[in-house]
Amino acid sequence: MTFTIPIENGDAGKVAEAESQRTLYPYVTGTSIVAIKYKDGVLMASDMGGSYGSTLRYKNIERMKAIGKHSLLGASGEISDFQEILRYLDELTLNDNMWDDGNSLGPKEIHNYLTRVMYNRRNKFNPLWNTLVLGGVKNGKSYLGMVSMIGVSFEDDHVATGFGNHLARPILRDEWHADLSFEDGVKLLEKCMRVLLYRDRSAINKLQIAKITEEGVTVSQPYSLKTFWEYSSFHNPTASAEGSW
Amino acid sequence: MFRNQYDTDVTTWSPTGRLFQVEYAMEAVKQGSAAIGLRSRSHVVLACVNKAQSELSSHQRKIFKVDDHIGVAIAGLTADGRVLSRYMRSESINHSFTYESPLPVGRLVVHLADKAQVCTQRSWKRPYGVGLLVGGLDESGAHLYYNCPSGNYFEYQAFAIGSRSQAAKTYLERRFESFGDSSREDLIKDAILAVRETLQGETLKSSLCTVAILGVDEPFHFLDQEAIQKVIDTFEKVPEEEEGEDEAEAGAAQPAEQGGAGAGDVAPMEM
Repeated sequence: MTFTIPIENGDAGKVAEAESQRTLYPYVTGTSIVAIKYKDGVLMASDMGGSYGSTLRYKNIERMKAIGKHSLLGASGEISDFQEILRYLDELTLNDNMWDDGNSLGPKEIHNYLTRVMYNRRNKFNPLWNTLVLGGVKNGKSYLGMVSMIGVSFEDDHVATGFGNHLARPILRDEWHADLSFEDGVKLLEKCMRVLLYRDRSAINKLQIAKITEEGVTVSQPYSLKTFWEYSSFHNPTASAEGSW
Repeated sequence: MFRNQYDTDVTTWSPTGRLFQVEYAMEAVKQGSAAIGLRSRSHVVLACVNKAQSELSSHQRKIFKVDDHIGVAIAGLTADGRVLSRYMRSESINHSFTYESPLPVGRLVVHLADKAQVCTQRSWKRPYGVGLLVGGLDESGAHLYYNCPSGNYFEYQAFAIGSRSQAAKTYLERRFESFGDSSREDLIKDAILAVRETLQGETLKSSLCTVAILGVDEPFHFLDQEAIQKVIDTFEKVPEEEEGEDEAEAGAAQPAEQGGAGAGDVAPMEM
């Protein structure tokens, strides 16, 4: 389908109609997504939390969804914008299916479509406040890519959003290698998610791991990670920093 | 075909359920010089007869590249053909830009057919007077389609349109069953042989035809004159010199009147 960019009247089109309708800040947000390529496809992990500012308000939000036959989309950032994106993709995949001609949109096509959407919204100063992770497998080839709210987009063997960029990616850089088995992949993701759980204030201990292979998408049931709080530094946290709390 | 009171505009039906303006548009396709297309599982070859207005002018371009994986050969009003080629290029490039992926040819021909249909249902428009042989790739391999001014489209293993195309069609009908597994070289040879059929007696020279090919690992491109001549040399054993040249001049002077006229009362678009 042709993606047409609506042309509004001259300069007025550069900024969304009526100031009150522009995106200014997010309200209900999801935190990091971590994803890696492995032997049979892609593994993605996210927790199920939706924060309302600093309140951990919603605890049952699925931030990863299957798209079409070949792709899996994970999102951090504004949850309502993620739901809007899912609607766009619903329309896209529906129209693609209606062709019924043996051709189907693969992860690369969806990733690029999302890049166009995110970048165009950014240009109108009305972004969809998300960082998206798109993974998939088509015709034996695995694909993993990311798009940010300003339209920066790229592919890689392992990606992470939000705090994951700072806490998870160093671990992945050291420990990821090609052709990880499913068990090793899950162990690696859990290691990243555990660090995020300890250190990211908006993380909750209820996560899902999704896997996408040639056969399709499976999202696990929610579960929690074991944590250990008896480290000696946790007993007297301000021992080496007088006056702090 | 004869004039009648229902053929003034495209939005008038005849009592027998025909739209004469659309049928007249299809006649225009038959008057153009021949274009031929054939495909194997992995390649599509498009070939056409080069027709020049006069000896002084260059010949008209009838084959266009739409994208690396799609090409089109036209017959009929070449101006209409150019406009539609530009539309196809535009659709293809928009798709590539949004999805970073080639537009499946099957979807392009549907867009094209829908565009042609619009012109058969507006009183202020006229149908496009050009037939298009669209060759291209999608996920399931190579395909060849024919788009009519009526807005219909059909998929073919091999097809020919334009004047004296019936001769080429007869040749293709005899051989099409083997095309699916043909090698690239055999497919080109068959295309040129089909072109020769439409020339009906004129000596086949590489300057008289244009050939283009695209395939699964081969982006759309034209074959150069040398390559075409080499193929011609493999089957044209004795080039007839003086007689052949005279016939060639007479043949190139005027577009032929005959051209696979539709049988009796059956509307061509329904076949």
